Amino acid sequence: MARPEKLLSEVAAIIRSKNAGPFLVTFDIMFKDQESYEMVCDSKALTPETVAKAFGIDVKRITSFFIVPMAKAIKVTIRRPIVQGAIGDSDVYGCQQHVPLMNIRIPVPGDAPV
Amino acid sequence: MTSITVLAPTGTLGYGFGADAFARGMSLKPDVIAVDAGSTDPGPYYLGSGMPLVSRYSIKRELTELITAALHAGIPVIVGSAGGSGSKQHVDGTVEIVREIAAEKRLRFRLARIYADVDVERVKRAVTLGEVDQFEAGFPLTHGILDETVALVAQMGHEPIVEALRAGADVVIAGRACDDLVIAAYPIARGADPALAIHMGKILECGAFSAEPFAMDVMLGTVHADHFVLEPGSVERRASITSVAAHSLYERENPFYQGGPGHFLDLQHCKFDSVDERRVRVSGSRLVESTEIRVKLEGVRVAGYRTICVAGIRCPTMIRVINGVLEDVCNHALAYFAPAKPEITFHVYGRDGVMRHLEPQKRISSHELGVVIDVVAKDQDLARAVCHHISGSLLHVSFTGQVNTSGNLAFPYSPSEIDAGAAYEFSVYHLMRVSSPMELFPIHHEEL
Repeated sequence: MARPEKLLSEVAAIIRSKNAGPFLVTFDIMFKDQESYEMVCDSKALTPETVAKAFGIDVKRITSFFIVPMAKAIKVTIRRPIVQGAIGDSDVYGCQQHVPLMNIRIPVPGDAPV
Repeated sequence: MTSITVLAPTGTLGYGFGADAFARGMSLKPDVIAVDAGSTDPGPYYLGSGMPLVSRYSIKRELTELITAALHAGIPVIVGSAGGSGSKQHVDGTVEIVREIAAEKRLRFRLARIYADVDVERVKRAVTLGEVDQFEAGFPLTHGILDETVALVAQMGHEPIVEALRAGADVVIAGRACDDLVIAAYPIARGADPALAIHMGKILECGAFSAEPFAMDVMLGTVHADHFVLEPGSVERRASITSVAAHSLYERENPFYQGGPGHFLDLQHCKFDSVDERRVRVSGSRLVESTEIRVKLEGVRVAGYRTICVAGIRCPTMIRVINGVLEDVCNHALAYFAPAKPEITFHVYGRDGVMRHLEPQKRISSHELGVVIDVVAKDQDLARAVCHHISGSLLHVSFTGQVNTSGNLAFPYSPSEIDAGAAYEFSVYHLMRVSSPMELFPIHHEEL
């Protein structure tokens, strides 16, 4: 039997992307309650490796990955493929790059709230 | 220490705030109004061209409200990163608006302007002496890059703003400045704990983005001896532990440890508590002084001149072969215009127009595509020639399976090509050691 899974977009309250300076794009994944936050942290489904895979990029492009308990958040930052505003850039504010994270699958423990 | 309250009217001057929220905020008797007016976020164009980020109309309208209310309350107004990039042209443009407001409203006050432009030769000397460090750009700064750089500013800390306030300024129009330190300057000048003032600045610089529901609106922060308290101006909004903590992540890479000129802010031991339904108390912010002062430099160069063409494709026979057709047309244009090397980009909306290299979905599922043909060349005439060559080729290209032989592109405009002028790119984003936090930032005072 397949393990029960949910999409990250179903368990996180906020999934967003934004420039952190002209060379980096940073992603914030935030949760409404401690339970969902811990479930995702514990699942190990959200790691630098799975994020790199979701975007089809080398894991070396990921510059940092933080678990932020005070904000019930996970924060990951990547180096932009094209510098902000340079020729070929398609998102000056870097604010529409988050969607592949929404589709990351998070295994749900049997007794988790559904 | 007495408590000090800062009112931040909005996240970016010119982006608006609620009249009720501002009136309520002023009724709480803030000690200063401080607002950020720019950053690198809108891209390299504004620093390069000198064009202001926000319209003159919006800046004048909002500054009129802020200055009038502040003078009436007997408190100062501070604007940081004036004009968008905080270059001299941007500071002077904002100062001209302030003078106009003073004349029209018959207001009398002391105005200070602080420039943040850096002479390229000054930075070259620093490069030679090994006083410039790279951090995020991924390339070292060289004399060659500096020779190409057409506009260059440094982010000031709070010190020049504090100095202008101490000299009696009622209104301070500052060039490029660290957003948080624009907010923190007044509390620091009055003796507040810099760690708390700067952390509060990081949250207030975006206005009510740290409240829920978030918006470009009024936010207030009050620094006390060992904590600060945040409260939205509008009673329709509230600051919650979640909304404030979440904002600590916004637009920055490291949520725990953040550098500024001459210091690092350590937020690892911060505590957030609810004071009541609408207010949050923050404590535990720590400041580590650095042994040397490094300012962040921001510079841009001209990448070329841009012409764009916007076109739509509806026919499924064309959508089916789009990748190959674009590649052929691009190669043909490059051969036709050789040895010139124009930069040709197709932004194909409905395929990967938004995410390009980061788009994981390769299959086109849209019934129509929007194409922006984006050409950057060494001069405007060449950019237009290449862009038109490509749009013309695409319009009439024949391909296998074609059912419509009278034209492949739907142009929404005549002319189909639009000149976008000079295109800029970031050339400098480095840290430079300076001897004093005042060195690069001259202050000028005038009585209005």
